[in-house]
Amino acid sequence: MRYLPLSDSDRSQMLATIGAGSIDNLFVDVPQAARLSGLVEGLPLHASELSVERQLGAMARKNMVAGEGPFFLGCGSYRHHIPATVDHIIQRGEFLTSYTPYQPEIAQGTLQMMFEFQTQVARLFGCDIANASMYDGSTACWEAILMASRITRREKAILSSGLHPHYVSVCNTMAQFSDDALATTPPELSAEPDTERLIGKIDDETSAVVVQYPDILGRIFDLQPIADAAHAKGALLIAVVTEPVALGLIKSPGEMGADIVVGEGQSLGVGLQFGGPYVGLFACKERFVRQMPGRLAGETVDAEGKRGFVLTLSTREQHIRREKATSNICTSSVLCALAFSVHLSLLGEKGLRQLAALNHSHAATVAERLSRIPGVQLVNDSFFNEFTIKLPVEARPAVRTLAERGVLAGVSLGRLYPDAPQLENGLVLAVTETVTDEDIDALEAGLKEVCA
Amino acid sequence: MTVNPSGWRPSTPLSAESGGETVTGNRALMLEEPLLFEAGNSERTGVDFECAPAKAGAQSGSLPSQGHRLAGLARTDPIGLAGLSEPETVRHYTRLSRQNYAIDLGLFPLGSCTMKHNPRLNEKIARLPGFADVHPLQPADTVQGALELIWVLGEWLKTLTGMPAVAMSPKAGAHGELCGLLCIRAALEARGDAREVVLVPESAHGTNPATAAFAGYRVENIPATKAGRVDLEALKARLGPDVAAVMITNPNTCGLFEPQMIEISRAVHDAGALVYCDGANFNAIVGKVRPGDLGIDAMHINLHKTFSTPHGGGGPGSGPVVLSEALAPFAPLPFVEKRGGEFVLIEEENADEHHPGSFGRMVAFHGQMGMFTRALAYMMSHGADGLRQVAEDAVLNANYVLRELDDVLDAPFASTGPCMHEAIFSDRGFAEGLSTIDLAKALIDEGFHPMTMYFPLVVHGAMLIEPTETESKAALDQFIAAMRAIAGRAKSGDESLKSAPVYAPRRRLDETLAARKPVLVYRPAQTGE
Repeated sequence: MRYLPLSDSDRSQMLATIGAGSIDNLFVDVPQAARLSGLVEGLPLHASELSVERQLGAMARKNMVAGEGPFFLGCGSYRHHIPATVDHIIQRGEFLTSYTPYQPEIAQGTLQMMFEFQTQVARLFGCDIANASMYDGSTACWEAILMASRITRREKAILSSGLHPHYVSVCNTMAQFSDDALATTPPELSAEPDTERLIGKIDDETSAVVVQYPDILGRIFDLQPIADAAHAKGALLIAVVTEPVALGLIKSPGEMGADIVVGEGQSLGVGLQFGGPYVGLFACKERFVRQMPGRLAGETVDAEGKRGFVLTLSTREQHIRREKATSNICTSSVLCALAFSVHLSLLGEKGLRQLAALNHSHAATVAERLSRIPGVQLVNDSFFNEFTIKLPVEARPAVRTLAERGVLAGVSLGRLYPDAPQLENGLVLAVTETVTDEDIDALEAGLKEVCA
Repeated sequence: MTVNPSGWRPSTPLSAESGGETVTGNRALMLEEPLLFEAGNSERTGVDFECAPAKAGAQSGSLPSQGHRLAGLARTDPIGLAGLSEPETVRHYTRLSRQNYAIDLGLFPLGSCTMKHNPRLNEKIARLPGFADVHPLQPADTVQGALELIWVLGEWLKTLTGMPAVAMSPKAGAHGELCGLLCIRAALEARGDAREVVLVPESAHGTNPATAAFAGYRVENIPATKAGRVDLEALKARLGPDVAAVMITNPNTCGLFEPQMIEISRAVHDAGALVYCDGANFNAIVGKVRPGDLGIDAMHINLHKTFSTPHGGGGPGSGPVVLSEALAPFAPLPFVEKRGGEFVLIEEENADEHHPGSFGRMVAFHGQMGMFTRALAYMMSHGADGLRQVAEDAVLNANYVLRELDDVLDAPFASTGPCMHEAIFSDRGFAEGLSTIDLAKALIDEGFHPMTMYFPLVVHGAMLIEPTETESKAALDQFIAAMRAIAGRAKSGDESLKSAPVYAPRRRLDETLAARKPVLVYRPAQTGE
């Protein structure tokens, strides 16, 4: 077997050294009743690289690949061009095959990268500090709600109707097992977000208001009034960003008073990958640092006075605090954080602003063209690179029909909100820099047909 | 001195003992690297956009004419991001990478972490466009191959563990623990028997008690015997109508199999509770024992340990959970079912029909697809025969290390028989003032990553060594020689161990300072040169 260096003579020599007659002597603690005498039944024997490539290649070819045709899906996962450098860097063995940097003297590469990532995320989100990543946006969102409960010592969070329904679902699931109560409703197909509703619901028991920005329908809105209303009642504002590229063009949640900003970092440096692994972003005001979940890299000096970095404030974490930890998270998403960080270093402020502008202008063009199709209505007044249209027909079958013609036209609200028939004609489209004029032509022609 | 791009250099000259000062702060191949924010600036970029965007776009770089769509929220203040050109980016991260130890460089015997070789075929498979470039919300009939891969991997995991069901979506080991406990909670509530306590051995990973608390349970410890195993009598004495579950790591964190596992499971079930098994150490028994035959109800499998997906400096991981018949109805959404020749994604909308008991959703999408592809490539490469050999070689390597070191280091459980995939030692016999950390740091100078230190807590100054099956005998012999020499120095009171490492990119770092005055993001004023 190509991954196993021991030869049979090594094995016998080593058994002799140990003083064991056979390998089974080393498994004596396993109860006889549970010890397998032969191979596990029902599995094939070992295979060559070539054979594995053939079998899994055949499986991969059964999927419709986003990059091979017109593609307009978003809703929490975005297709951007990833510079070749990103994949090269994350495949360097020193990053790929290293562990959580518990031995800082020989892990400065990962630690400095984490520190830089934390700085990038904090600045992008307009916050004081950020951690070194969470599993993904949805779990980061729930952790933010828990953190707000710890800070305010209250247990009622209000979720905006514009929060991704899968994020809502994750939070609702987890809230069953904590003391937290969550309040939310599905969105309305309207240009207006639910700012008024949210503000009206805040009371003295509210721990946090959770809003997505841009929201699930792609709408952009000022967070400051919500932040002010929350703060007036001693509650926090949590903002969720699922498309961080947007923040190259529009104000950050931190600039508008958000206390905790979390998000999904996939759209920078990380491919679609059918939903994972992604990278959860987590930033907040500095005074909340000791209530934060997740790993943190911090600056320090070594015994010679040279600058270096270490994992710090680990008294918040499970390996020290056990059942009193701020979270049970251990493994996070550092390699994806590296991909995010490399992509953002390549872009820089200038490139990110250009990329964001390009996305927005493409999206605006597509929105305008689609809204001229008879029967199609643009829902949004405002958007970044993603917007919602209302079709004259149910969107979900329309999406399937278009897929059969090779156009991945967007995410139907019927898929996201199967229990909300009032939303069934809604279609959310994301338009990034990867979309070509031909893609737009194909989308427009296809939509005209299904709407006719 | 403006030798590197930013002019940054380490603030303190090198000491004479380490060879004297250089102008740059570099030492030949050991190259110092400034922070991104010191090297880059807001003007530089390593990405080009179309010079003449087609009819769709406006001039790149200028604010688009459709600015009225931004709700008046254009970001006008500087963001504060630093950019680098492509060559500078490549150099920045390449230099940083060289300050990391990695499996690709050498033996990484971090106990409980299973730092085995990460096959490059896995990386190639994960990057096939049919897996890497597929959106999680595409219509199900456009992603049949992706759903098939998840289903096939699930079948492998069920077969290897002898368990009837699997939940694929958890993102990492601790997330898998949470999944298992939430299934247990849902199952108990479904029978109208909500319970409050989860029992966890003292030697458990910190994630176990943290997860139990996260799932709303009160945590109580169960003691270990002198032989490093769960104290069955103490466990039995504590079991009662308030205990929801017992979390057992098997093989346990001392690297020992729990020989009474079947009795433990029986006692737990007799008391109406369920058995959660922490599968972090599955590598020791894969292909040799099916945990299902030990009576467990749930076990997470760290694909990033046993099944070789890369650790990546701390993730991403992946933690599928196999489940017993008792827990299967409560598994989280979404999951994949095979119906005839079709793979169906079970989500909120179609769960009611077949899976009304599901406790809900743990993640936005379908789990760690990019880890699934890697793990399946690894499993198919090994097959049933190779996986059995994995466990045997992992256990053989660990016992070889145990035997070759137990005359120079205290091995608290060596007298009770062989270990499994990892060997544990204590710092008993070290000279006054020297401890495990000093041995570990000296190991760095010898070119090895240290073992897991001071864990589990039940062994004084624990050193937990897991070589894994992907180390050759020659690599083990070199490691053993280094360990023997350092152990000798520790016992004879060689004070120079206190200053190790000497040859690493950094000497020992001041962790107290980092925690007392946390500097978590770059701020120019605080790092003035």
